Amino acid sequence: MKAGALIRLSWLAALALTVAPAAAATIEVTIDKLVFSPATVDAKIGDTIEWVNKDVIAHTATVKGGWEVMIAPKKSASLTLKAAGAVNYFCRFHPNMKGRLVVAP
Amino acid sequence: MFTRYTTGLAALLFVSAAPFAQAADKPTDPQIAHIAYTAGVLDVEAAKLAIKTSKNKEVVAFAKDMERDHEAVNKQALDLVKKLKVKPEDNATSQALSKAAEEERAKLAKLKGAAFDKAYIENEVAYHKQVNGALETLLIPSASNAELKSLLETGLKIFQGHEQHAEHVAGMLK
Repeated sequence: MKAGALIRLSWLAALALTVAPAAAATIEVTIDKLVFSPATVDAKIGDTIEWVNKDVIAHTATVKGGWEVMIAPKKSASLTLKAAGAVNYFCRFHPNMKGRLVVAP
Repeated sequence: MFTRYTTGLAALLFVSAAPFAQAADKPTDPQIAHIAYTAGVLDVEAAKLAIKTSKNKEVVAFAKDMERDHEAVNKQALDLVKKLKVKPEDNATSQALSKAAEEERAKLAKLKGAAFDKAYIENEVAYHKQVNGALETLLIPSASNAELKSLLETGLKIFQGHEQHAEHVAGMLK
């Protein structure tokens, strides 16, 4: 009896997990010594990328012909992902800094 | 015309390469700190001239990026030498760098418009190449303090970024 209730409870919990829409996440990308870390991020539409700049100089996250986020020194900046697909981005001030976002629908 | 231009560029490269050639002897940390700081100040001065002179939006934006980054890096350098109680020491390389930059500024001061933009950006590409080469082959390997070495390594990454940025702007001016 007690075991049956437990099984039912865990089944309900499993159902709740499957039905509930996946909550949008905030994914942190650290910038330290001109390196985006992690270099590649797997995300989905609705997620927010937050760049945390530990350097003393300003950087950008720029997609050629697309969006650009300015990231001030020792500050953070974020962007909510609205389109699916994979994009490469770089820092416009230091084009040797490169990152990639893979956005699932 | 083209020959004249390339000869001119070769002469420029030769002149700006010369300062580091004199530093064949391994520089000391106080000298390295002075050289790195001087190189930054000289680029800020060139940037200030470009901000004042150029009418080209891209060139002015690039110059402002140079001014901002080099001032930030030099502030780090000053903080570090203070912390390490190192007294930056003037030396032949710093003096030669300053002399070459002074000559370049005098040359730039006579130019206007597109000619100025082109000369400034081309010098920025060449200058960053020289300084990066010196950091890689001489200054970083010679630095004995770990924190100084680390700052120079980060500086190198920043200035390699500037070199690529300058090349991009140079490409747009053509």
